[in-house]
Amino acid sequence: MSKNRKIKVLVCKPGLDGHDRGAKVIARALRDAGMEVIYTGIHQTPDDVVNTIIQEDPDAVMLSILSGAHNALCPLIMDKLKEKGIDDVLVAVGGIIPDEDKPILEKYGLKGFQGPGTELKEIVEFVKTNLKR
Amino acid sequence: MGYELLIDRLLKGDARAAARLITIAENDIVAAEEIINSIYKYTGKAYILGITGAPGSGKSTLISTLTTIFVKEGKKVGIICVDPTSPLTGGALLGDRIRMKKHFTTDNVFIRSMANRGQLGGLARATEDIIKILDVYGCDIIIIETVGVGQSEVDIFRSAQSVLVLLVPEMGDEIQAIKAGIMEITDIFIVNKMDLPGADRKVSEIMQMLELSMNFKYDHETTKKEYTKALKWTPKIVKVNSKTGENFEKLLDIINEHKLFLKETGVIENYKLNRIRNETLQILKHKLTKRIEELLNSNSQIDEYIRLVMDKSIDPYSMANLIIQLLGME
Repeated sequence: MSKNRKIKVLVCKPGLDGHDRGAKVIARALRDAGMEVIYTGIHQTPDDVVNTIIQEDPDAVMLSILSGAHNALCPLIMDKLKEKGIDDVLVAVGGIIPDEDKPILEKYGLKGFQGPGTELKEIVEFVKTNLKR
Repeated sequence: MGYELLIDRLLKGDARAAARLITIAENDIVAAEEIINSIYKYTGKAYILGITGAPGSGKSTLISTLTTIFVKEGKKVGIICVDPTSPLTGGALLGDRIRMKKHFTTDNVFIRSMANRGQLGGLARATEDIIKILDVYGCDIIIIETVGVGQSEVDIFRSAQSVLVLLVPEMGDEIQAIKAGIMEITDIFIVNKMDLPGADRKVSEIMQMLELSMNFKYDHETTKKEYTKALKWTPKIVKVNSKTGENFEKLLDIINEHKLFLKETGVIENYKLNRIRNETLQILKHKLTKRIEELLNSNSQIDEYIRLVMDKSIDPYSMANLIIQLLGME
């Protein structure tokens, strides 16, 4: 693919948590960094997320979870992606992720874990440097 | 690079192959050419519906409700949502999907968001290519949502067979309705949010506008007015509520009526002709612009011409003619 292609990112909130200010701020920051950001909002089921990834073919997916359900939702999403043979998309999760949960999620291939107070430019840099294609 | 494998999978209706081909066509015009080259012969089955209207008029919500109905009829639906690219950063926030949440996991619905990447006219450069990819993917209906438009983003009528324009009550007076642009390319006017006050007034404003433009010839010599029977489609008006689905049976009847009209009058042939002509023109413009840019950046003769213009020995028009000669196009 051409070198100066646009980076496409999906930002969404899986699960039943409705606190989406953080996700919106991140969507906005990535947009301002010149990326094309798809924002699908709150209350996404793992199937919603996976189907959106299939159809939109993003380079990166930023999941935002503040409800504490990350250990249930993230593995479900990762398993479904694996099932579909999707392995060239960066999947990151941020929000409130306790330290002891990070190794578990890492095992499933998740990255990121940016919490409150993370600098926006750090997140932009993270996306740019961790892309899988 | 060859795309045979992906195209093979596309022909079998593989969603991931469709998505990846779309990404490639969007990012790389040379690759797009190669892809379209191999799939063009399979295109032409889908019915293309264009939805346009001001930001916030309810385009995405209307599409979601229409999709529910189409899916119930057993149709495979492709949706292309175009949103604007920031002129400052080149980034974009694509948020049309949010209103279509209902269909994220519906079988037979494929939604794709795209940024217009600076193209004026309400669509993106690659929209035509993506229509073709979704067509070959097996969509019976392809719905295109343009960026939220003002008055002159009319590209959609060159790509879509039926153009639906959304209006909302209490927006603009009757003068807005007789201006040129969007109002002239519409096949079906939809007054959305019909539960709001002013919906009926909006409908009558559009009706008046249509009566004004209706096939009447004025002969300046004999000062005779002559009403001619329309050969062309007279735009229809319908008011709906996209959230509740109210009046959607009526909207669907009108869409079907328009489809039938296109077929029975042969207007569809005209549409196809114009679409090919326009698309080719766009491709030519793109290719020639690239050639001209390359020439301007590489040919030493150009600097000489510029100096001549600065000396006032020649003017910019003459310089342009000289460059056309350099391109060997005359």
